[in-house]
Amino acid sequence: MHELSLCANLIEQLEQLAVEAAAAKVGRIELKIGVLSGVEPQLMAAAFGMAQVGTIAENAALFIEVTQPVIHCHDCDHEGEVSPQNLLCPHCGSESTELVAGHELILARVELLGSWPDARVNPL
Amino acid sequence: MCTDCGCQIRGHQQILAKPSKAPDIFLGRPERILQGLLQKNDQQADQNRQQFDRHGVLVINLMSSPGSGKTALLEATLKALKGELRMAVIEGDLETENDAKRIRALGITAYQITTGTACHLDAHMVAQALDHLPLKDLDVLFIENVGNLVCPASFDLGHHLNVTLLSVTEGDDKPQKYPVMFRAADLLLITKTDLLPYLPEFSMARATASQRALATKAKLFPLSAKTSEGLSSWTDWMRRQRASYQALLEKGLSLKPRVAQEGKALHLERPEITFKPLTL
Repeated sequence: MHELSLCANLIEQLEQLAVEAAAAKVGRIELKIGVLSGVEPQLMAAAFGMAQVGTIAENAALFIEVTQPVIHCHDCDHEGEVSPQNLLCPHCGSESTELVAGHELILARVELLGSWPDARVNPL
Repeated sequence: MCTDCGCQIRGHQQILAKPSKAPDIFLGRPERILQGLLQKNDQQADQNRQQFDRHGVLVINLMSSPGSGKTALLEATLKALKGELRMAVIEGDLETENDAKRIRALGITAYQITTGTACHLDAHMVAQALDHLPLKDLDVLFIENVGNLVCPASFDLGHHLNVTLLSVTEGDDKPQKYPVMFRAADLLLITKTDLLPYLPEFSMARATASQRALATKAKLFPLSAKTSEGLSSWTDWMRRQRASYQALLEKGLSLKPRVAQEGKALHLERPEITFKPLTL
């Protein structure tokens, strides 16, 4: 259950972002979690519910986008989705593939809430 | 370039602005920030790695299920290389000093981290352990991670190489069941091969195929810590890795586990921040 450690880490990052932008709250968070990242999205969501209590992200809504493994083949240039158990090139069978998606563990988007003119963020 | 993690972000002073009047809706310009969820851990890991590199200590992280023979492998390895390399061990367990005691019995410095209930070591725990180790007098430091095929794979400790163990009693399909862990391996060791005569169901060919399907170039060595059969392939591998690590250091470079290198590339993805008015 390392998801709880990750959430503690995430909350720290959110607090730092909020301080930098002089925001009062965190409204919405979007994570990108690859199936090969070693993190279970459902456990992450459950852990976030516990970790957010009493923090700047107390009422923040968490959205998780789960990404599937995508490989790029160095031999035949094929690029496409594969199963997490088989990362060989489905086109030519090569082992010389690179994982280009599916192992992300990323804070993709944060919506901060605050009141002007305190906010230190450029208007559009 | 970001001075913290080396990624391509603009300093946030460029985001800061003094608006002359308040607009109705405050949607921030999508500002590019890049944050791996393990940012704090990764920063500490990089500091650990810099400390290792200053002293030229090659650091190997051993990961496997509980009971697949990490400590026995260390005992055999330490005995085999004792006169040749100066080594020390960080032991990670939920409870007890048992493993550290086994290592100390060989006259080797060992520091035991007891994690309580935590299922993995992280970079901060390792940083604390480093205060208790004579880094300047070491050539190789082994970190024996908590026995677990899931969580340890997600944490960079600042080490240089991941070695994953698979004992023959666990079955030859383990890499298929735990692709994250086995993909992280820079070297896979099949351990307890002295038990193979009793385990006709274990196929070395299936274990190899199961690992190869993860498109990893990691070598696979079968060995028995008990009989020392196959041990020299592993110790030779370590010598080669140490030589290439030293060559990298001379060029001012360092070495990272293969999966940690990928992680760096992922940081180049550019997420965004939006800012909205607070409605009370």
